[in-house]
Amino acid sequence: MVPSCPFIYIIRKDVDVYSQILRKLFNESHGIFLGLQRIDEELTGKSRKSQLVRVSKNYRSVIRACMEEMHQVAIAAKDPASGRQFSSQVSILSAMELIWNLCEILFIEVAPAGHLLLHLLDWVRLHVCEVDSLSADVLGSENPSNHGSFWNLVTILVLQGRLDEARQMLSKEADASPASAGICRIMGDLMRTMPILSPGNTQTLTELELKWQHWHEECERYLQDSTFATNPHLESLLKIMLGDEAALLEQKELLSNWYHFLVTRLLYSNPTVKPIDLHYYAQSSLDLFLGGESSPEPLDNILLAAFEFDIHQVIKECSIALSNWWFVAHLTDLLDHCKLLQSHNLYFGSNMREFLLLEYASGLFAHPSLWQLGVDYFDYCPKLGRVSLELHIERIPLNTEQKALKVLRICEQRQMTEQVRSICKILAMKAVRNNRLGSALSWSIRAKDAAFATLVSDRFLRDYCERGCFSDLDLIDNLGPAMMLSDRLTFLGKYREFHHMYGEKRFADAASLLLSLMTSRIAPRSFWMTLLTDALPLLEQKQVIFSAEQTYELMQCLEDLTSRRPVRGESDIQQLQDEDIETTKVEMLRLALARNLARAIIREGSLEGS
Amino acid sequence: MEEIYAKFVSQKIRKTRWRPLPPERLQTAETFATGSWDNEENYVSPWSIGDFGNLDSDGGFEGDHQLLCDIRHHGDVMDLPSFDRERIVTASSTGCVTVFLHHPNNQTLSVNQQWTTAHYHAGPGSPSYSSAPCVGVVCNNPEIVTVGEHDHKEADHKEATRTIDNADSNTFHAVTFLQTPEILTVNSTGQLKTLDFRQQGNELSHILSLTSDRVPLHCVDRHPNQQHVVATGGQDGILSIWDVRQGTMPVSLLKAREAEMWEVHFHPSNPDHLFTCSEDGSLWHWDASTDVPEKLSLFHQGGRSSTFLSQSISNQANVHQSVISSWLSTDPAKHRIETTSLLPSRSLSVNSLDVLDPCLVCGTDAEAIYVTRYLFS
Repeated sequence: MVPSCPFIYIIRKDVDVYSQILRKLFNESHGIFLGLQRIDEELTGKSRKSQLVRVSKNYRSVIRACMEEMHQVAIAAKDPASGRQFSSQVSILSAMELIWNLCEILFIEVAPAGHLLLHLLDWVRLHVCEVDSLSADVLGSENPSNHGSFWNLVTILVLQGRLDEARQMLSKEADASPASAGICRIMGDLMRTMPILSPGNTQTLTELELKWQHWHEECERYLQDSTFATNPHLESLLKIMLGDEAALLEQKELLSNWYHFLVTRLLYSNPTVKPIDLHYYAQSSLDLFLGGESSPEPLDNILLAAFEFDIHQVIKECSIALSNWWFVAHLTDLLDHCKLLQSHNLYFGSNMREFLLLEYASGLFAHPSLWQLGVDYFDYCPKLGRVSLELHIERIPLNTEQKALKVLRICEQRQMTEQVRSICKILAMKAVRNNRLGSALSWSIRAKDAAFATLVSDRFLRDYCERGCFSDLDLIDNLGPAMMLSDRLTFLGKYREFHHMYGEKRFADAASLLLSLMTSRIAPRSFWMTLLTDALPLLEQKQVIFSAEQTYELMQCLEDLTSRRPVRGESDIQQLQDEDIETTKVEMLRLALARNLARAIIREGSLEGS
Repeated sequence: MEEIYAKFVSQKIRKTRWRPLPPERLQTAETFATGSWDNEENYVSPWSIGDFGNLDSDGGFEGDHQLLCDIRHHGDVMDLPSFDRERIVTASSTGCVTVFLHHPNNQTLSVNQQWTTAHYHAGPGSPSYSSAPCVGVVCNNPEIVTVGEHDHKEADHKEATRTIDNADSNTFHAVTFLQTPEILTVNSTGQLKTLDFRQQGNELSHILSLTSDRVPLHCVDRHPNQQHVVATGGQDGILSIWDVRQGTMPVSLLKAREAEMWEVHFHPSNPDHLFTCSEDGSLWHWDASTDVPEKLSLFHQGGRSSTFLSQSISNQANVHQSVISSWLSTDPAKHRIETTSLLPSRSLSVNSLDVLDPCLVCGTDAEAIYVTRYLFS
């Protein structure tokens, strides 16, 4: 297998966010992210570590699920171009999982010497998976030991440290060719007796080292004695198990990459390697494996940085190599929770974790649907999160009322009153444009926007003047305490109240309300004529409704109104007609007021009962 | 609460509805339909739950829900009732009402009928024409009643037979059938309005409301057996039970979470149980069937406590005692309602749920669909 890793791939950022399958990654990881933030801060020590490891495994399983699905789609793709695209996405995801897994072992699990190697073995076994298909091939055939790839299979099992399975293979060979049964048995015994640290084992590291040293020497003896000289395959297996670099390098094809070479080398030459010594082995393995033929790829550099425990370098290289902030944002956040990142500030004031989360969340807001995820990410950025959210949330297009309600809920929960106001204003304007004054008023009441409420009330009043009736009565009649939002709105509500009272024939109350509307000056001047005209029927009633005092006030208002009217010069016929109507109205009013005054004075002046 | 299957589906789910079963079959629910929203391309998709042929070792059913097919939908899917066993009606945020036909043989969906300008602000001829969303649809074969933000339309197979414009100055939010010719709507100022289609006039016949605060109501559902009992959920997360025959106030108010309650459903065969879902990601099961003669106390279920706020507002004296539903009872000492939270963890809003014994399906803004088959285990 030629190591091919098309790691640098020019992908437009948009494609990732819009991919159907990656959306599942974003959504599921969002849930995991929230769970991580909510982990109890007081948990320390082992329980915290195990929780963090669990979170890391969750993330990885989500990546794997995505990979699986994308793999299925790649296979089923109808045209080769998209099939190739999906395949390359699969390999990117695979590389991401590889890196994450290594980071989990080295930084989160923080495996000590001994266990470290076991984890690294698992890591390699998980990612070099040709073994399974090869083994299925070989075992499925009639005569496994005669299969062309039989010895390849055995070798790779040994390279991966799967010695039990290798022994089983050897026993088949022993059955098939009795001539080599003897040496197969010896090899099998060697494999069986190799000391390894098993999870439940209570050996100390020194004990293990001693035992391993003895076993190593035994293998050396067999090599010196040329016990396996008759079978070159077994001889090379022995050399591998002795950790002979040349022998390992001969198996480059089976190893397929340098980190496999590294782990095998460690397994058979220094199984109790300490974490701090890793980087020396890593660098030399990379150099040996590449052998000067090719230069390291970005993935290689990232892994090398990880082995050197240089977290910042890992993150920096990943940010450069990957097209989407998802990976670095979530990994950095997790590592930050492990308290591994020093909080050195970047030059614009936030630390690395926050910077990456902000970038990722901003990318989410570019998507019409995924903005809801972005909100939660901003919430957990203490310095710049709120400000970013305020800027982004105002720019979400609000197509439906449902979406607007959700956005408003988000803003109200975070006390972003400015944004609430601006969103409600947008919705109210839309409603006004659609001639839905009731909705517009509702929105301005929700936003507590006095200015807009005044505007809408003015529209209502204007419509009333033009048409003689109100629209949206069920809203205006039931304003309740919201009436106090703006003066104009209060006037509107009170004016309707006046209509009600008139309808219920409570004339005295209606009269005093009408008067107070004018004298308290909350009625707009343009409306006064209408109010006075409304007063006419009250003035013309059989019984006297307005008292003398009130009549004087009405007259005052009328004078105020007429004295301010500008003198018209040349005007056309329509204006003249209007003026005529106006003058007639004024005259009628004056007459009615005078008559009422007369009656009122008489009534008030007379004794009761007469 | 066991065995709830979750699946991430790459689209935010706006509505989920079980498809109706033929009455003679004894098996449980099989397929449900979902409609998405807030995408550039929205989809209406039927799904099937599990393969009933496979039983695992415990005798339970395996597998999570599978997508059968989907069809593109213009605009957000606002409502998704089933017209009959083969047809689904959808209401769109662009004001379009569509009837889809599901072909079970080759698993495809096709458009059966469509009214593209069912709802609008100004008429199609006027210069300021703009479409308005269709907010809800109810079906009673062969009639469909659609409700836009401000108007109602009644239609049957071919065309709209009746339109009532400007029925409300506030926006409608949801609709349900009370009795066949009568519908009940809720709107954004907390009012319930009923309309009888037999009557000729355009006036709405009865208005009930919560007088304080004018809190918008988002959902409404009618008790399956007692047609005068109606439950509504509002913006402040309060579940109200109303008796439509009398009074203008709700009979009882129950406080759930602080966030908007998007849907409320009575269990169709077991109406002492009610289900609600909210913007804060919670899915609650309200159980009024327990009749424990103990003193009122705060009840803990799975770590979440429910606050029971019951106010006896309307006068119950003239209601015939034998017909009283457990929801209408307002005596807190006798009746305590248990609430259980059904979803394991909370993230984004649960937009929709539907119940068909014994299965429940719900869809969320986290682009996941949850199905459980064992509601009362």
